[in-house]
Amino acid sequence: MTVTSTPPVAPGRNPQLRARRLPVVAPVGIAVAAVAVAAVLVHGTGIGGAALVVALAVLLHLVGLYAASSAVEGRRRARDRTWSALIHSASVLALLPLASVVWTLVSNGLDRMDRNFFLTSMNNIGARDPHGGAYHAIVGTLEQVGIATLITVPVGIACAIYVVEYGRGGLTQLIRFFVDVMTGIPSIVAGLFVLAFWILIVSPYLNDGRPGYSGFAASLALSVLMLPTIVRSTEEMLRLVPASLREGAYALGVARWKTILRIVLPTAAPGIVTGVMLAVARAAGETAPVLLVAGGGAAINLNPFENNQSSLALFVYQQAGDASRYAPARAWAAALTLVALVLVLTITAKLLARRNRFGR
Amino acid sequence: MATRIEATNVTAYYGSFKAIENITLTVEPKTVTALIGPSGCGKSTFLRSINRMHEVVPGARVDGRLTIDGQDIYARDVDVTAVRRMIGMVFQRPNPFPTMSIFENVVAGLRLNGVRRRSVLEEAAERALRAANLWDEVKDRLGKPGAGLSGGQQQRLCIARTIAVEPQVVLMDEPCSALDPISTLAIEDLMFRLKDRYTIIIVTHNMQQAARVSDRTAFFSIERTGEPGRLVEYDDTQKIFSNPREKRTEDYITGRFG
Repeated sequence: MTVTSTPPVAPGRNPQLRARRLPVVAPVGIAVAAVAVAAVLVHGTGIGGAALVVALAVLLHLVGLYAASSAVEGRRRARDRTWSALIHSASVLALLPLASVVWTLVSNGLDRMDRNFFLTSMNNIGARDPHGGAYHAIVGTLEQVGIATLITVPVGIACAIYVVEYGRGGLTQLIRFFVDVMTGIPSIVAGLFVLAFWILIVSPYLNDGRPGYSGFAASLALSVLMLPTIVRSTEEMLRLVPASLREGAYALGVARWKTILRIVLPTAAPGIVTGVMLAVARAAGETAPVLLVAGGGAAINLNPFENNQSSLALFVYQQAGDASRYAPARAWAAALTLVALVLVLTITAKLLARRNRFGR
Repeated sequence: MATRIEATNVTAYYGSFKAIENITLTVEPKTVTALIGPSGCGKSTFLRSINRMHEVVPGARVDGRLTIDGQDIYARDVDVTAVRRMIGMVFQRPNPFPTMSIFENVVAGLRLNGVRRRSVLEEAAERALRAANLWDEVKDRLGKPGAGLSGGQQQRLCIARTIAVEPQVVLMDEPCSALDPISTLAIEDLMFRLKDRYTIIIVTHNMQQAARVSDRTAFFSIERTGEPGRLVEYDDTQKIFSNPREKRTEDYITGRFG
């Protein structure tokens, strides 16, 4: 009997399981060194500025981290560290534009976020008048997007239910194909379609023979844009509902339509709401169709079915191009209002969808 | 109130694939019948054709005759939802409705079929939960989500949900395969008690379970992959497990053939 002699191992100190590790401060140290070296290089040569320092520092940090780690800890750990550093930098990079947009909006938009801005329109506001507000545009956006949502949510969800739950064969394929095509329609084309179809052909019959702009026409154009988003997202969400839930309901003798209405839709509701809110956010930010078919306008018009209406996006577009020195501040304030509006709507919708339901 | 089920030459297809062929058997009222056999032999398919759940799968259809107390359930003028209310089903994996509380899950079948009265629902929920041996565990948290229960409790919740609509037959498709031995025992106990009122048909891969719970056992098998499943032997459980008529049954039960 041969016994391979292993050196006695102190309890809790098995050398086979232990590996050398970089000290915790090492990555931080390498980062600081990388920034310092990058700064010296950039300022020493006089090429580039702060942006180049950051880019160079990230690069140096990655290289330094890999070198240090592979010297001390071995290749596998070094690769792990380098990749996680890379992925973290990428996520920071992806968030930078968002942070920048939010910062720019808030810092520029807060100037005119006053009472006057929310309670007055641009009616009779001349180029030298620092007042004037977006009341008419806020009303326009709310009405147009609201009507468009009322049109598209039932139609879109019904369409998705047909495709997922009932559809068989050719018609379903055709619907899905056209929904895909619709997703790619540029908003200006949707606007032109409504201009040609609704304003020029239909509206004269409703309007004593004269074609007329209206907020409702803008709603129609926005509907064309929202519908495919809602259909596709709802479709995906309905497909995610496990078949076992449907079967469970069928096995209780529940009719198919009722299963869809009471089991499938509630289960998919949070996802559907997210999809709807994405569509709403997209529609609220559209300028071209509103410009083409609602006509814009400086005065308050509460009636979406008659006469010109403006919208926040259109207001931003018009104020940004206006010659008055007071216009840019109004444009920024309106942009901030638009973003805040969409944010509030999204949060409200998410809370509503979660009502009566349990934490997931 | 229990029901005789007669299957005559039942053949079921998935599209052009024939899953089971010419199954003929009679299930007596207030008995537990076990369907056993190797995977893919069509036990579940047969079970699902008994309450017309087979046809839920696109392209699936059933030939032959299936009657409940003489009424052909595949007749043209039969309402599918009425058939399924009369013949409840418990699935392999517990599938409580995730958006509903324990209480709502139990009364889902009643509520979705139009029962509104709160007192009726509460009474039915308590009765079903007691029958499913779950009442004591959940009576203080009926408002909590059904998905928050343990696997065994979820399965008993699904059984409660099934018997809350007062079916006459309960089909169980491997109801214990995802459960631990203690939950399995609870559900087997439950089957013994439900037998007084319901006809039960259970698909199981667990031979001991079939021997323990069932009065009659049907052994299904296939010649080879791609062939339809057939009924090999159907007899008293005692007989099947002690002295089967067919060599193949004996081989399967003793583990000589998987």
